[in-house]
Amino acid sequence: MGTVAAVRPSAAGRGAPTGDAIARWVALAFAASILVLALLLILQLWAGSADARHKFGWGFLTSSKWNPVTEEFGALPFLYGTVVTSFLALLISTPLGLGAAIFLSELAPARLSSALTFLIELLAAIPSVIYGLLAIFALVPLMRTTIEPFLKSHFGRLPLFKGVVFGLDYLTASLVLSVMTIPFVISVSREALLAVPREQREAALALGATRWESTWQVVVPHAKLGILGAIFLSLARALGETMAVTMVIGNSPSIRASLLAPGYTIAAVIANEFSEATGVYRGALVELGLVLFCLTILINALARLMIVATTRKGSKRA
Amino acid sequence: MNKRLIWRKSVNAVMLTLTGVFTALTVSALFLILGRLIYNGAASLDWNFFTKLPLSPGELGGGMANAIVGSLEIVGMAALIGLPIGFVAGIYLSEFEDRHFASAVRFVADLLNGIPSIVVGLLAWSLLVVAMKGFSAIAGSVALSVMLIPIVTRQTEQFLREVPQSLREGALALGASKWRTIATVVVPAGSKGILTGMILGIARISGESAPLLFTSLNNQYWGGGITQPTASLPVMIYTHAMSPFDDWHRQAWAAGLALIALVLAANISARFVLARGISVPRG
Repeated sequence: MGTVAAVRPSAAGRGAPTGDAIARWVALAFAASILVLALLLILQLWAGSADARHKFGWGFLTSSKWNPVTEEFGALPFLYGTVVTSFLALLISTPLGLGAAIFLSELAPARLSSALTFLIELLAAIPSVIYGLLAIFALVPLMRTTIEPFLKSHFGRLPLFKGVVFGLDYLTASLVLSVMTIPFVISVSREALLAVPREQREAALALGATRWESTWQVVVPHAKLGILGAIFLSLARALGETMAVTMVIGNSPSIRASLLAPGYTIAAVIANEFSEATGVYRGALVELGLVLFCLTILINALARLMIVATTRKGSKRA
Repeated sequence: MNKRLIWRKSVNAVMLTLTGVFTALTVSALFLILGRLIYNGAASLDWNFFTKLPLSPGELGGGMANAIVGSLEIVGMAALIGLPIGFVAGIYLSEFEDRHFASAVRFVADLLNGIPSIVVGLLAWSLLVVAMKGFSAIAGSVALSVMLIPIVTRQTEQFLREVPQSLREGALALGASKWRTIATVVVPAGSKGILTGMILGIARISGESAPLLFTSLNNQYWGGGITQPTASLPVMIYTHAMSPFDDWHRQAWAAGLALIALVLAANISARFVLARGISVPRG
């Protein structure tokens, strides 16, 4: 913008109308409104959870009681459910997504790759509630009648697959979340892979590496920070995902080792109970919102830093 | 040595095939979802669906006319609030950059973009539902606009940055003031990209239900204006799908199909707008 700066003084020197100054301030005000929104969000979450924070203190995070009647509230079952389902979802979506990203960036011809990428973007555009609709009418019956009885009869001795099979549980929620997060894993890691300079691949191939060896031992390590960023970004999405999870997790505020047991997540309990809650009950739900907010902000910020670091690195060497 | 080579080549073939299989699996999820929605929803997507109100449980028939109008109303108001703010903020980030403030705004916009929609709902609830002492369409719109603003801001910025610097310099050299340059040269040059970003942003918020659950709530009847609880398609899908009534499930499928058709149409048309390219010669 060097030239722009060089021109501006002469315009000002003519005593030109202050249109530019006005435009600048208006644009600044609109941009500042984004900061104001973020600030309001933090303030409201902090103020809204005040009574719950005073009553329960830090113990809120470690208590597993959730009883609106006796007004005892603890976040642990929800934290547990949120972390378990998101982690399990990423365990499935990371290898699938990374594999697909490798195919799209390294193997597929340009036209096929861009067509497939577009279809995957469409998958990301599907609203959460529609995933929930399909999950509850298509996936849950399949889990209840086929997949979960199979898991139970073959791996039933593991604590992971014990208990009565309902279909509404951690495992079903994780599967839905995994499908929902795959498009994010793919699109961000694909970009990280594409930012790897071409010479890296050529050098590896020239040394006699196979296509896979060049990809796995040279290209992927080169892009690993960006791929890690993709995983974190998807994790943040999974943690905050509401509707689809609410519809299939079973909504039971308990901590169970079995993946076939019903659970609850932070987002789901807010969705289900907030509109009817009052007093300290409402405060506890807002505090859960605050916890979720901090968790996603932290992970998102980490992800952004990693992604920025890779893309910058790639463009510098290209 | 030879054995080792065979091993390496077979690993190569297996892994490369696997990446293709993973891609095919992911893409097939899209078609499975669309297929199932059409299979279960198409039959119920009839004239009644678009013109009638939902009936009480047990009665057969009815439609979702109020939810369709309600969604248009809520999303329309969200667009009225969110598009101008996001657009002008994006212009600021691209054209009036002063380093520290702009990068702070950029960072915060990205973080806002990643905040769970349910938490955004909490914000709108505390700002509007509490103040107005009741659930309302406008509270839902504000929640959705908070989601829309960062999307539009970043898209606008991104596409304005793709406008060649020489165009700005040309306009300024001809004596245009900075704001005229932006209004008559820079923004029109980036307009296709910006339009795409706006369409995608609106498509994204049209499908959101979490921020509406305790802002615009729901309504079995026609809403009473923007200060009253108002039905919307996504929330209707949720409540109908979770109900124990078969006829409501049928309606939920129809509404799901209608919603996905809308969202996909928006995404495809955005792609089409962008495919015709940035409207300025490069270089």
